Amino acid sequence: MTVNSIEGKDGARRYPIQLMVNGDTYTFVVKGNRLLVDLLRKDLGLTGTKKGCELGNCGSCTVLVDGKPVDACLLLAVEADGSEITTIEGVAQSEALDKLQDSFIDKAAIQCGYCTPGMILSAKALLSRIPHPNEQQVRAAISGNLCRCTGYVNIIKAVLAASQQEERRVEE
Amino acid sequence: MNEYAVIGKSVPKIDGRAKATGQAKYTGDLTFPNMLYGKILTSPHAHAKILHIDTSDAEKLPGVKAVITHKDVPSKKYGISPARWDENIFCIDKVRFVGDKVAAVAAVDEETVYKALKLIKVEYEVMPAVFDPREALAEGAPLIHDEYPGNINTEIHQHFGNVEEAFSLAHYVRTDTYVGQRTYQCPIEPHSAISLWENGKLTVYASTQSPHYFQYYIAREFDLPMGNVRVVKTYVGGGFGGKLEPTGLEFSGAVLSRITGRPVKLFYDRKDMFAHNRGRHKIFMELTTGVDQDGKILGVHSNFIMDGGAYTSLGIASAYYAGALLTLTYDFKHYKFDMLRVYTNLPACGAQRGHGAPQPKYAFECHLDNIARDLGIDPVQIRLRNARKSNTITPNDFKINTCELTACLEKARKLSRWDEKKKSLPKGRGLGIAVGSFVSGAGYPIYRTDLPQAAAIIKVNEDGTSATLYTGATDIGQGSDTVLCQMAAEGMGYTYERMKIVAADTEITPHDFGAYASRQTLMSGAAVKQAGEMIKTQILDMAGKMMEIDPEQLDCREGLIFIKENPTVQKTFEEVARRFFVQKGPLVGQGSYTPPKLGGTFKGAAVGTSPAYSFAAQISEVQVDDETGEVTVKEVWDVHDCGMVINPSLLHAQVHGALYMGMGEAIWEEVKFDSEGKIINPNLSDYRLPTALDTPKVTSELVESCDPAGPWGVKEVGEGATIPTMGCFANAICDAAGVTIKSLPLSYEKVWRALREKQAVTQKEEPSQDNSVVDENDLLEMALFQTGLVKKGVHN
Repeated sequence: MTVNSIEGKDGARRYPIQLMVNGDTYTFVVKGNRLLVDLLRKDLGLTGTKKGCELGNCGSCTVLVDGKPVDACLLLAVEADGSEITTIEGVAQSEALDKLQDSFIDKAAIQCGYCTPGMILSAKALLSRIPHPNEQQVRAAISGNLCRCTGYVNIIKAVLAASQQEERRVEE
Repeated sequence: MNEYAVIGKSVPKIDGRAKATGQAKYTGDLTFPNMLYGKILTSPHAHAKILHIDTSDAEKLPGVKAVITHKDVPSKKYGISPARWDENIFCIDKVRFVGDKVAAVAAVDEETVYKALKLIKVEYEVMPAVFDPREALAEGAPLIHDEYPGNINTEIHQHFGNVEEAFSLAHYVRTDTYVGQRTYQCPIEPHSAISLWENGKLTVYASTQSPHYFQYYIAREFDLPMGNVRVVKTYVGGGFGGKLEPTGLEFSGAVLSRITGRPVKLFYDRKDMFAHNRGRHKIFMELTTGVDQDGKILGVHSNFIMDGGAYTSLGIASAYYAGALLTLTYDFKHYKFDMLRVYTNLPACGAQRGHGAPQPKYAFECHLDNIARDLGIDPVQIRLRNARKSNTITPNDFKINTCELTACLEKARKLSRWDEKKKSLPKGRGLGIAVGSFVSGAGYPIYRTDLPQAAAIIKVNEDGTSATLYTGATDIGQGSDTVLCQMAAEGMGYTYERMKIVAADTEITPHDFGAYASRQTLMSGAAVKQAGEMIKTQILDMAGKMMEIDPEQLDCREGLIFIKENPTVQKTFEEVARRFFVQKGPLVGQGSYTPPKLGGTFKGAAVGTSPAYSFAAQISEVQVDDETGEVTVKEVWDVHDCGMVINPSLLHAQVHGALYMGMGEAIWEEVKFDSEGKIINPNLSDYRLPTALDTPKVTSELVESCDPAGPWGVKEVGEGATIPTMGCFANAICDAAGVTIKSLPLSYEKVWRALREKQAVTQKEEPSQDNSVVDENDLLEMALFQTGLVKKGVHN
């Protein structure tokens, strides 16, 4: 890290960082142990990023860091300095939902909804890498996101349907 | 025209958009001005006397606003089962499991909270502990609660007909023993609660399955009138039974809020979740069944011991359900049920999806397959011969209106191509079948009360362009908000798209017991239907006046009022509703539902009663790797009789989820402890939840059914598909590998050991009769079991 740190009155060092979150740039001064997930939820109020385990097991806190799906509970805010971050709040374009969001609603892929933001972001990262994945690729891409309600059946269907939707548009 | 305009259609979930965009706020997402954070300090010992608690260092830590122990809270015991209130907010003189609650802290942020917890000094005197229910029953075992000698929490002995006589007349009698493991609900959202105590009024925002039970027990604990306790359900990130009872966070949070005068958010982290637990009981099961030469069941004796953990939780109901629901799927007259639920120094067990029923059903379905094999009968055939029919009564007095189990079995057989595959599957592949049944709501509430099961209010907006349903029913993800809005719109003659909902806030919404025992579609739905129909009556009356016609000649459908004989003559719902408001004031409908008197008069007769029962048949196909014991689930077929379906998409999604949960419990999931009672896998990777890579191909199908007890003929679905699943996989693995494993989960290791044992036996050319092989530990368990601690109980 190249940034200078500041020593607080409590003796803890704090670091200035800059993040671009959902297209807007923010500057923060954070302690070294500040987790990205807490920064997003508490400092920016982006509570769509969920906390389920804080161990990187459940994937509820998945966000995109420079386009890659990352568990925000495993990333220190200082490590994300200079990154572009997309949270679930940045996925829809104003009133229009992303095709994945539409597809999740349409295919009844949402039950309690707690895993949904992370699922959608993992699926989004997949579709930007592989626009037309096969079923096994979908399963692998969301295998780090645990869902306790759906058995994944409709989630897999929703991701595949969203990927095919684009295909139709291209053909038209 | 379809018979129904709104129900029976897969409308999108009413909260789908909020959840897909991250706008849905769960309890942990809420903040209030000046809010503090708090956590509970728990015991590191399984059984220990508390000698002294010193909170002074924690109190001195900057940012700490309050530290509380048993001295600061009511000492009144609580619990969810009124017959056994055995918990304190904080332990007073001793702790009973690793994770028992000792103290709590409120501070300005989470980091300070964790630091403060470490500064609380508790001096313990460690006592001998017991972790096995059979040892806990033995003489001289450590006593966990002074009030419960022998550590017996619940003892059940029921006998219907004459089982001994049935066995003496039987062509064949067989006994098998099985062990069901302890599992945990693992909702992805951890528990949390935010308490605000202001001017003698307590408000709690909670991740709960039942605002009503929370309100009732919180009011009781603090001697507050229920009207001064407001419980608000936020969005809930899954429950599966674990969020039905107060978690302790509400009580501690309330006291911390009262002391500090600030809102306090208490939360469990994932490890705390496992320690608090209340998941599925470990259960030792012995089953004896007598059949005639055609495999018709004459009598059954189930003889069970449950590990209850340190407290009662919902375990009395779990204990009764375990045996009571075994009478549902097969029609036999003679039944005996013996059960001991025993205290141990482990976390308390409670209600998990299928409440008490899935493991006994696993045991029974394996046991029945053994009988079928011994008699040379096909597994589907033996089930068809015994399948219950509509309009029958079980030996323990449950009245079954509709039961399409035979149709479920036939359809599952056909869909899976059972007959053809049974002959042609390659080595290592196998098919298994099992059936199940579940209540559509418990016939009686958890505590004794004459309150109706459910109530509902619908208020039409003044201009008639929308209507709001107020219901205490609790959507925890299963979709009750959506389904109940469909039912309201159908009852009113309105459209789903214009429905709004306010649910599960005890200050705003009418009473409902909440989400458990698969009750809401039938029970809350009945109240909602009544409220909707009351609106319809009023709107048709007003339309009759406006159109100068007898309202009897009018109907209303999808927001249009029309003359039945001449549907082109119409008025819109809006214009009539607006006129109603101008002339008469708010257009409101209300409804409530109380089930008819159900069940027999014997002790425990209420548990298992329900207005209606769902039925299901499941078939699974698995592949077992002969070298490694690895089990791969290839495909599963579920055929359900769940009455009239309100929303097919959401219904099949319930089946998928229930089946997936049963699959996890069948093959991978188990809460494990070390020799000192500490959980060794309290996280979501070592406790192995199935991932998207484990999900098989699932076919979920229905059979026609319409139950007279439910509004429009509905029954349950949410838990029913978990009941057959474990037995279904066990039977498939047995078919694939030729080994029987008598304990859950059916892990790769157990399968591998059983396969090696079988090989060794084959090499010695001494084939055992049914190749039942279990590991040494299980053999010991079974030996202990069969020599009989259960049997010392008095039968009859």
